[in-house]
Amino acid sequence: MRIGLFVTCLGDTMFPRVGQATVRLLERLGHEVVFPADQTCCGQMHVNTGYQRQALALVRRHTEAFADCEVVVAPSGSCVGCVRHQHRTVAQRYGDDGLVAATEESARRTYELSELLVDVLGVEDVGASFPHRVTYHPTCHSLRLLRVGDKPLRLLRQVRNLELVELPAADECCGFGGTFALKNADTSTAMLADKMRHVLGTGADVLTAGDSSCLMQIGGGLSRLRTGTRTLHLAEILASPADDRVPA
Amino acid sequence: MSAREDVLGRIRSANRAAGVDTEPVPVVPRDYAATGGLAAGSVEVLDLLEDRLVDYRATVRRCAGADVADTVRAALDDAVGVVGEHAGRVRTVVVPPGLPPDWVPGAVVDDGTRTAPDLDLVDAVVTAATVAAAVTGTIVLDGSPDQGRRAISLVPDVHVCVLRAAQVVHSVPEMLARLEPTRPTTFVSGPSATSDIELERVEGVHGPRTLSVVLVTPSTSGPPVT
Amino acid sequence: MSGTFLGMPEMTTAPRGVGHLRGDRSFPDAARGAVADAQLRHNLAHATGTIRAKRERVVAEVDDWEQLRLAGAAVKAATMARLDEHLERLEREVTARGGVVHWARDAHEANRVVTDLVRATGEREVVKVKSMATQEIGLNEALADAGIEALETDLAELIVQLGHDRPSHILVPAIHRNRAEIRDIFLREMPGVDPGLTDEPRVLAEQARRHLRARFLSARVGVSGANFAVADTGTCLVVESEGNGRMCLTLPDTLITVMGIEKVVPSYRDLEVMLQLLPRSSTGERMNPYTSAWTGVTPGDGPGAFHLVLLDNGRTAALADRTGREALHCIRCSACLNVCPVYERTGGHAYGSVYPGPIGAVLSPQLTGVEDNASLPYASSLCGACFDACPVRIDIPNLLVDLRRRHVDEVSAASRVPSAEAVAMAAAAWTMGDAGRWRRAGRAGRLGRLLGRRRGRIGSLPPPLSAWTTSRDLPQPPAETFRDWWARTRPAESDVSATPRRGGPTDTSLSGQARPRGDGS
Repeated sequence: MRIGLFVTCLGDTMFPRVGQATVRLLERLGHEVVFPADQTCCGQMHVNTGYQRQALALVRRHTEAFADCEVVVAPSGSCVGCVRHQHRTVAQRYGDDGLVAATEESARRTYELSELLVDVLGVEDVGASFPHRVTYHPTCHSLRLLRVGDKPLRLLRQVRNLELVELPAADECCGFGGTFALKNADTSTAMLADKMRHVLGTGADVLTAGDSSCLMQIGGGLSRLRTGTRTLHLAEILASPADDRVPA
Repeated sequence: MSAREDVLGRIRSANRAAGVDTEPVPVVPRDYAATGGLAAGSVEVLDLLEDRLVDYRATVRRCAGADVADTVRAALDDAVGVVGEHAGRVRTVVVPPGLPPDWVPGAVVDDGTRTAPDLDLVDAVVTAATVAAAVTGTIVLDGSPDQGRRAISLVPDVHVCVLRAAQVVHSVPEMLARLEPTRPTTFVSGPSATSDIELERVEGVHGPRTLSVVLVTPSTSGPPVT
Repeated sequence: MSGTFLGMPEMTTAPRGVGHLRGDRSFPDAARGAVADAQLRHNLAHATGTIRAKRERVVAEVDDWEQLRLAGAAVKAATMARLDEHLERLEREVTARGGVVHWARDAHEANRVVTDLVRATGEREVVKVKSMATQEIGLNEALADAGIEALETDLAELIVQLGHDRPSHILVPAIHRNRAEIRDIFLREMPGVDPGLTDEPRVLAEQARRHLRARFLSARVGVSGANFAVADTGTCLVVESEGNGRMCLTLPDTLITVMGIEKVVPSYRDLEVMLQLLPRSSTGERMNPYTSAWTGVTPGDGPGAFHLVLLDNGRTAALADRTGREALHCIRCSACLNVCPVYERTGGHAYGSVYPGPIGAVLSPQLTGVEDNASLPYASSLCGACFDACPVRIDIPNLLVDLRRRHVDEVSAASRVPSAEAVAMAAAAWTMGDAGRWRRAGRAGRLGRLLGRRRGRIGSLPPPLSAWTTSRDLPQPPAETFRDWWARTRPAESDVSATPRRGGPTDTSLSGQARPRGDGS
C-alpha cells in the first residue's frame, strides 16, 4: 500500500526519530511510504489556543498536501484528532463548501499509527523485538477522541521479549494539554507528578505512548528528576530491530 | 416592558441568533428500555425489590393479605428509634384516613389538623403506597387517601409502608407511567442519608430514620392477581 | 429591553456586583495556592475517587445507558429550541393549579422578588433547600440586607454557612472540608452544640439534625430551587438525599422556588430519562433517597402559597450562541467535576464561581460574558473525561475550544495593539504557512542544541517558556529535522513521486539522531 506520512510539526522539528521509526516499520511490512513535503502543521495549537481564523490557512495547506494520498498515517493521536474532528469546524466557520468537503475526505483517510496497523493493514505482530520492561500510557486524544481502544496494547503484546507492565490510573491525563502546560503550569505539573509516580511504581525501563507531546511532558519530568526511566514513542518500539540497546 | 415579556423576547431573539428557530425541533430517540423485562408483581420482581430495599437498609417483611395487621404490628414493635428521643417502643401511630382501619387498630387517624410539632410527638406512621420500582428500590406515595398528606410520612421517625405485590413494577419508566403527575408525590428510595462529610454515607439525617416495608403477596403460589 | 428593530439580540449577561459567578483572581493564580494545599488535595482525591468508583459501578449496571444519554441530550436540545413555548406552558399549568409565577431578568430582580415575597408574609427567617441558583444570585446576602435570615438546611450548605465559606462543588459543596474541620466549625458556630462532639460523620450528622429539626417544625417560609419543572403538567421536582428538601417543601405555609429557565423539560415522560441519568451520575446511587414532585398548591397538603421565580441571569446570552448553548443542557449532576484531573487538584474555589469544574468553565463565562471569566476556558487540558461522564453528552472540550476562540476574538476587537500571544501565534502561522519557511525555521531550531549541549537536555529557558522548564526538562533539538533527513536520504522521492525507494534501512543510534547506514543513501 502507498501510505502518506503526516509526520506532525513536533515530530518534524523535535522528534524526527519517531517519523523515521514509522517509515522503517511500514517499509519492513512491505508498504511504500511517501512524504508530501508541503505539509507543515495541522493547526491544532492554533485551534486549541483560540486562534481558529489563523488555522484556516493551515487546514487548507494540510488537506491540499495530502490530497493525493489514499491513506495517511500520523504517529500522533492528537494530530489525527485535530484532522478528524476540528478541521471541518474551521472550514465551516471560515472556509468554503469546497474546503469543508475536502476536510471530510481528509478525515476519512487519516489514521493514527495503531489504527492503521490493526484496522487497515490488519496486522498485530509487526515483527518487532524489544527486550525491556515497558509500560504504556494511553494518551487522552487516542483514548477518548479516536477511541483506539486496546490496539496499542495488542501491538505491544506481540513484540518479542517485551515485558509489558500495566500502568495504574493509566487513563488519567498527563497534564500536557498544549498551551495548558504553560498557562497553567502549576496544575500541569501536579498532574505530571501523579503520572510519574504511577510510571515509576511499575518499575518499567521505558514509558511508551502514541503521542510525542505527552512523552515530552512525562519524559521532561522523568528527566528532571533523573529517574533513569526513559520515554519512547510506540513507533520506535514497534520498529525496533532485534537488538539490545535502549535508544536514549 | 414586563420582566416576562423581556425574558421571553430574549429567548426568541437568542434562538433566532443561533439559527435554531427555523430548524425542526430535535426528535428524542426513545431507544432506551421502556420496560425492565420482569412482569409486575412477579416473584422475580419482588425479589429484586427486596434486594434493593435491604441494600438501602430498609427492613422488609412479606405476608399474605390476611396477615397485614399482624405484620404491621411486628414491624412497629421492632422499629425502635435509632438515637435519642424516639428510642424505645413505638407508642403513638398516625395513619391516613383511607388506610384500611383493621391494619393498625388503635392508631390515630390524621384529620389534617395536626401541626408539624404535633406530628413530631408521634412515634410512627403507617401508609400504603401507589407503586414501587424494583430496579431502584423506589416506593412512591402520591397523597391518595390511603397514603395521606406528605407531612405525616415525613415527620414521625418510623415509617411502615404496606405495598401490594401488584404495585411493584420493574423499571423507572413503568413506575412513572402509573403516576398522576399533578398529585403531590414523594419518591422514597431508602432512609434519608448524607454523604456530605468526606463522602462517607451516613444515614438518618431528616425524614424517618426507620423505613419498614410490608410486602403483601398473594397467599397461593399461583401468578399474582393484579 | 429586548432585541432592537435591527434584530440583533441584546447580550444580557449576569450583572456584576451581585451573586457569585466571578472570582477575584484568575484561575492560574488561584490554582497555584490550591495545588499547594495538601489537606485540600487529600480531601479532593479521596472524595472524587470515591464517587468516581461508585458512579462507574452503577452506570455499568445499566444496559441502555448510551441510549438514555442520547435521549437526555435530545430532550434538552428540544427544550432549548422552543424554550419560550415551554416556559409559557409551564406558567399556565402552575397558575392553573394555584401557584404564582414570577420572572426575573437577572440576579437583582430575582433577589427583589424573593425578598418582597418573604416580607409580605411578615416572616424574618426562611429555611432553604440547597439551590445552586440561589447561590448564583447571592440570595442569602440580599435577604440579610433586608433583615431576613436564611437558614441553610442541607448539611454541606450548613457547614459552608457556619464556616463563613463558599461552596466548592455543585453537589457536595463542603467537599473541601474533612471531618475534623467540620467538627471544629460546629463547635465554634452551632448554638447549643455538645462540647464533647467527636468528628465521626454519624455524630456530626446527628448534631446537624438536632440543630435543624426545631427550625423545620416551626418554619413558615421555605425557599428552594428545582431540579426539573415539567411544562405540560406544571410539576416541579427536587431531587435530594437528606430529607431537608421534603421538610422545606412540605411544612412551611409559603414556598418560594427559584429556578433557572433552562431547567424546564417538555413533558412528564421526559422524567423517565432524567431520573435514571441524574442519581447514577451524581451520587453514584441507583436512586437518591428522596425526590419530591409538586404542582402548584394542593389544599390540605403542603404550603398554601407557592411561588415559582423563573431566572434568566445570563442564560439567554448563552442560548444565543449556536455552539455555547449546549452548556445549558446541564442537569447539575457534577459527574464532570468528579472525573476532571484539574478539578481534583485545584478544587472548586479556584474557579471563582459557584459553578466550578468542567461545566463551570463553559457555563460561568457565558453567564457573565467571557471577559469576566476569561481564564476559565483555559483551565483544562482537554482530556475529554468530562464528555464521557456527562449524562446528557455535553461536548465540554468542544465548548472550551470555542470559548477560547471567542475570548481571542474579543481581545483582538478590544484593542488595536495585538497581544504578545497573538503576535506569536501569527508568526507561527506565517512560518507554518510555507514549506520553505517552515524548513528554514526547523533548521534554525538547531540553535537550541547549544542550550542543551552539556547534558543532552535543556534545563532552563527564559520566560514565557520558563513555565515549562521550572518543572520539566526539554530534549535537545535534533541535529537534523525529519524533512531534511528525508530529503537527504531519499532525494528521488522528495517530490512525492511514484518510484519506489532504494537503499537500506535507517538506524536510530544512541544519540537519538538518525544516521543512514550502508550505502549512504
